[in-house]
Amino acid sequence: MRTKDLVATAISNTFRSKLRTTLTVLAIFVGAFTLTLTNAVGAGVSQYVDAQVGALGSPDVFIITQADDQSAAGDGPVEYDPNSSATVASQQGPPGTTTKALTAADLAAIADTNGIKSVDPIRAVQPDYIEYGSGAQYEFSINATSAVTTADLTAGAQLDGTAAQAQLVLPDTFVTPLGFASADDAVGASVSIGITDILGEKHTVDATVVGVSLESLLASGAGANDALIVELSDAQSGGIETAVTSYGVAVAHFDTALTADEITALKADLATEGYDASTIEDQLGAVQTVINGIVGVLNAFAVIALIAAAFGIINTLLMSVQERTREIGLMKAMGLGGGKVYTLFSLEAIVIGFLGSAIGAGVAIGLGSALSAVLSQGLLSGLPGLNILLFEPVSVAFVIALVMLIAFLSGTLPAQRAAKQNPIESLRYE
Amino acid sequence: MDSEWVIDAQGLEKSYGSGASRFDALKGVSVQIAPGETVAIVGKSGSGKSTLMHLLALLDEPDKGTLQVAGNDAKSLSKRAVNELRNKEFGFVFQQFFLTPNVSVLENVILPLKIAGMGGKERRRRGMEVLEQLELADKAGNKATTLSGGQKQRVVIGRALVNEPRVIFADEPTGNLDTATGAVVEDILFELNRSQGITLVIVTHDEELAARCDRQIYIRDGLIVSNNKPAHHTGAHALTTAGGAA
Repeated sequence: MRTKDLVATAISNTFRSKLRTTLTVLAIFVGAFTLTLTNAVGAGVSQYVDAQVGALGSPDVFIITQADDQSAAGDGPVEYDPNSSATVASQQGPPGTTTKALTAADLAAIADTNGIKSVDPIRAVQPDYIEYGSGAQYEFSINATSAVTTADLTAGAQLDGTAAQAQLVLPDTFVTPLGFASADDAVGASVSIGITDILGEKHTVDATVVGVSLESLLASGAGANDALIVELSDAQSGGIETAVTSYGVAVAHFDTALTADEITALKADLATEGYDASTIEDQLGAVQTVINGIVGVLNAFAVIALIAAAFGIINTLLMSVQERTREIGLMKAMGLGGGKVYTLFSLEAIVIGFLGSAIGAGVAIGLGSALSAVLSQGLLSGLPGLNILLFEPVSVAFVIALVMLIAFLSGTLPAQRAAKQNPIESLRYE
Repeated sequence: MDSEWVIDAQGLEKSYGSGASRFDALKGVSVQIAPGETVAIVGKSGSGKSTLMHLLALLDEPDKGTLQVAGNDAKSLSKRAVNELRNKEFGFVFQQFFLTPNVSVLENVILPLKIAGMGGKERRRRGMEVLEQLELADKAGNKATTLSGGQKQRVVIGRALVNEPRVIFADEPTGNLDTATGAVVEDILFELNRSQGITLVIVTHDEELAARCDRQIYIRDGLIVSNNKPAHHTGAHALTTAGGAA
């Protein structure tokens, strides 16, 4: 029997007992539907978190601060040291947090640590407002780490760290108030940033908008490239060189070739030198672990549904073998080999599996996309960029393939039974 | 027709079950079937006549004895070769029709060709040819379940015929039919023998049907009790020897 004929026969046999097939397909449908949805939730949330991580920084980056040596209660006050005891307001931690400042000497020490490629201090600038043309002025802040991060863009391009031009990535909430028609309209426009220096004098700095970003959960404010930060901090310092340059936070790039263990070792090295180093993964690891855990549990439920459906397939096919005993006997009498009989029933199981999973995945995609659209307008509108259900073709294909595999495995017992059938026994009639 | 194409069985024994429930279906039967002859295997139910047919048709293997088909020992043939032999050289007609319901008459008829792996166009052509021969061409597209008993048995004969077999094994071919339709089916079978030289092996307890055959092998309790040589036939087929010690 040709493969084409085997497949065609299996498909037509599947539809011979329509009610039974429909019920079995329904059972598989439930499992496949659930699995597709849970996978989509996992993918959607992961993608969102990834975008947020991108907003925080690249994967080969440490955020470095001085280790806080004042934290141990009961140790009494720490002696003042003019070289290291400066503190700065920090964006790390709860509002009002101050951290010990990193000095030029600290930066050199960090840069010398084996495995660190470069260290850049983060200069905090506090602009007052932003304005476009002669429109209204809006309060405005700049994310100090934006030079090393990847923004979740809706229009335009990422910041160019090496450009001499002062560049800005504008949060999309500013687009309409500033008087732009759309995000695309804002790209390329020149805006003015107002800033007050330490002597109370007001300055304005011009910058070009190169991109518009979605607001992020984890990093707020606009993005500015090095050129703009330098211009702003120069304006802010009012031309006065402070004796000790000190920074709250530094960003260190490490070798991307390092393994996870080596990164841990590097962190330990920095800790012994008195610096807190954390990667973006450290900061988001807990969040992602929780999300993965939830998706894992949901997937487990879907797989349980599929296992129940597998017994349905076994039952259906056993009944089918029973019913078609004579037909099988006849085909064997007419020279159909046991292997082909086995293939025929296995294919039937796979067809049932495919039907259930394809319909399940299809309906899940249809319903899920609609639900996702409704949610992102309503309940989840506070989280721009979050597609709660993200259907990836690869994972949908994987679900279908997995269900077909389960169906095939379920089909082996009935198929074996059919293949072993003795044609004489099957054709006996008394 | 190849005169060497003989089925030669010597001392066939076959039993089912074991211990107290052991049942000896055949106790040593020797039969030879020559090409082109019509043979009736006659006996009551439980006599072993169906078992004999199954062994001759290579549907089952004997416990003892040898079976040669066209000079080849059946035991020496691989499973695949046996399947191919049944597929290409044998046709089967059973008392019950064993037609696949909800599938067209044509699809039922071409099942052996499908199993043989013949292409779709060619097998449809062969199937229609056979249906025309059996005057069923107008029913080709009908579902098998919509036919009358006689029509169904004609479809079954078509299915047995479609692979142009050398031998048709018929187990109680008219058992399920009324006398008139039974006679029509018989006529078709004997006509096939006359016009195409197809060997007929018919298992029956119907004396009238048996009488139309060249030769009748009477079987009782697993042994051949009488083996009528053709009275006014050519005599070329005097090939059967009564087997087994009584």
